Amino acid sequence: MPSFVIVEKCDGCKALDKTACQYICPNDLMVLNAESKKAVNQEPEQCWECYNCVKICPQQAIEVRHYADIMPLGSSTIPLRGTDNIMWTIKFRNQKTIKRFKFPIRTTAEGSIDCFKGFTLSSDFADLKKPGFYTGKARTE
Amino acid sequence: MALEREFCKWSFCEKPAVETIETDLLLVGGGMACTGAAVEAMAWAKAAGLKVTLVDKAALDRSGAVAMGLSAINTYIGSENKIADYVNMVRTDLMGIIREDLVYSVGAHVDQTVHDFQDWGLPIWQKDAENHTVDGQVARDEGLPLLKDGGKCVRSGRWQCMINGESYKVIVAEAAKNALGMENIYERVFIVKLLTDKANANRVCGAVGFSVREHKTYVFKCKAMIIACGGVVNVFRPRSVGEGQGRAWYPVWNAGSTYAMPAEIGAKMVLMENRFVPARFKDGYGPVGAWFLFFKAQATNAYGEDYMAKNWDRVKAEYPGYADAPGTCLRNHAAMIEMREGRGPIMMHTDKAMAKLAETLSKKELKHLEAEAWEDFLDMSISAACLWASFNMEPDKMPSEIIPSEPYLLGSHAGCAGLWVSGPAKNYMGAPDSWFWGYDRMTTVDGLFTAGDGVGASGHKFSSGSHAEGRMAAKGAIAFILDHKADKLEAAQNIDEVIADIYLPFEIFEKYKDYTSAPEINPNYLLPKQVQTRLQKLMDEYVAGCSTMYMCNKPSLEEGLKRLTLLKEDATRLAARDLHELMRAWEQYHRILSGEAHLRHILFREETRYPGYYYRSDFLKIDDTKWKVFTISSYDKNTNEWKFETEPYKQLVK
Repeated sequence: MPSFVIVEKCDGCKALDKTACQYICPNDLMVLNAESKKAVNQEPEQCWECYNCVKICPQQAIEVRHYADIMPLGSSTIPLRGTDNIMWTIKFRNQKTIKRFKFPIRTTAEGSIDCFKGFTLSSDFADLKKPGFYTGKARTE
Repeated sequence: MALEREFCKWSFCEKPAVETIETDLLLVGGGMACTGAAVEAMAWAKAAGLKVTLVDKAALDRSGAVAMGLSAINTYIGSENKIADYVNMVRTDLMGIIREDLVYSVGAHVDQTVHDFQDWGLPIWQKDAENHTVDGQVARDEGLPLLKDGGKCVRSGRWQCMINGESYKVIVAEAAKNALGMENIYERVFIVKLLTDKANANRVCGAVGFSVREHKTYVFKCKAMIIACGGVVNVFRPRSVGEGQGRAWYPVWNAGSTYAMPAEIGAKMVLMENRFVPARFKDGYGPVGAWFLFFKAQATNAYGEDYMAKNWDRVKAEYPGYADAPGTCLRNHAAMIEMREGRGPIMMHTDKAMAKLAETLSKKELKHLEAEAWEDFLDMSISAACLWASFNMEPDKMPSEIIPSEPYLLGSHAGCAGLWVSGPAKNYMGAPDSWFWGYDRMTTVDGLFTAGDGVGASGHKFSSGSHAEGRMAAKGAIAFILDHKADKLEAAQNIDEVIADIYLPFEIFEKYKDYTSAPEINPNYLLPKQVQTRLQKLMDEYVAGCSTMYMCNKPSLEEGLKRLTLLKEDATRLAARDLHELMRAWEQYHRILSGEAHLRHILFREETRYPGYYYRSDFLKIDDTKWKVFTISSYDKNTNEWKFETEPYKQLVK
């Protein structure tokens, strides 16, 4: 479904230089309404429902009302993304069936990747035209 | 009669600020291929004293096809498989015509990139000492050996391994950011035109794009470039009719920029007739791979008949030699027989598969399995999980419908459209001399490289293979730069004219907007959405979209081309009201050119090479005597003409 913004919860990310949802949307859909200071999904029929705006919103002000041409109303799928795991709560249209799942999302601390640490980088540029990466050789059979 | 041409003279819209950036290697795109290119390029650029710059239309953390996450890595060879078997699988699936030098070299490199992902923190499911499945975090907590040290991944198919991939792209992007430094990354800048050298028209030397956040143009000048911004989505009318159009199977923002921009400066394209029509859970487009391969579910027609068993002898007779192992398009074909003959919808029996698994599994294991089934959707196509919830469907209690989707053009998944590129080395695996021209993954334009969806004639790379291929292209590009250090480059194009051309949709809108009372209805221009719907409709109706059940013929293609030609002309009257719409305008322009390449290639290849992806009703058979060849096209922007040639297929791997 296209993401929607709950007016009462959205504070327009006033503490930030741009709104979090506007920063992250891969399809440039989220905009800040200059008058209301609330975020808006400007092109709902181009929304991939990737949930990146939902996951990043510091106010949990964004949810999804699923594609109107496909899905009946009444269900909800809400993520809560932490630093190393994500928790999903899925409520069915019947309001009775509720599923809750928790999955890991990364095994290292955020921001800790140092992709050259521990590797000796080659300055023999003849190697550029040979197989292999700086992290290891290409496989041979 | 042609439309009178409009020019942007800045009479109605304001000139933007211009920032010029000099760099050595420019990476256009921020998905798996370019983030792979970033780390590998920087490993060499430091010692060589070269600058590497990346420019992304979106935010690197969540851009490209993996923006939502993924539930599996689809290409991991592993110690139990041989690279040659991987090549054989890709050849079978892509109906016999692939560049085996390209595919083999991806196979030789891809495992290293997967091992690096695991080092960086991607949770990869593993088998523990008792051969039980554990998730990627438990695998670390229990101290299981990493894959590079002999740890075992959990296979959902022969080449696939399961991951907890919600943050797959975030992790890969973090590595790229760490390598490049944020000062060398330009986010929210959409590159729309490439520049060529004054002295050598076949040499790339820069790119021009605009910020989608402020009224500002970026001119990048470079020695070499890797362009990898995905495939083409929404060039065909989608099955959805309203908001659901956003729920494309592939990322809705993939606009064919990878093909259109290189084509405009003369880069040759290959097998652009190829397409991918994924059969997926209907409307939500959730993945079916794990259900078929991991949960062992069966798909049937509406009356419970196994359409593969039922139709396979017929498929074998129709396409002799190609149906010994069922490739993706032929599996589609078997399902389409049922749909055409009125025995749809096609159902995936998730309930029966779960019931069967319940016979042997403990309650706890079954609970775990249910979570795995939901995670498969939640990691990569959340809407598919939402669809189950909105229809009160529990997969262990009832079956779900699957359907072949609208067509997509791409080169990394089960498809092989793309650019014609140099192989890794002279006579690699016995490749002909004509498959290598100096630098790995370089297009036919000097200094212009590509990877992932950009490289044609070599599918089944998926996320890991695209990342690996980006790294290979980066090495090729750095080698090219070092070999051409003395070159003095100067853009042949007048930069001011290029910029004026980019903002023409603003000028047109401002010039004409007050003529009518409704901005959406104006005889002087079209808005991007209007161009998109016209393109989608004509591609669907005349170029084998869903509405004709993927069927076309010479007369329909020629009618399609007539309409496309008029649309291409009308696209010079695209109007945009704001920066977001200016981005959409240029996306449509790139889609039109990609769609034209697709149409012309289908017209050129007089056979049905990919039954189940599309059919030429006037040439329904596979004709190996004439068409076991690479079809290669080139576009001349100045004359607006296309040229076609063929190159024989050569088998390199037994």
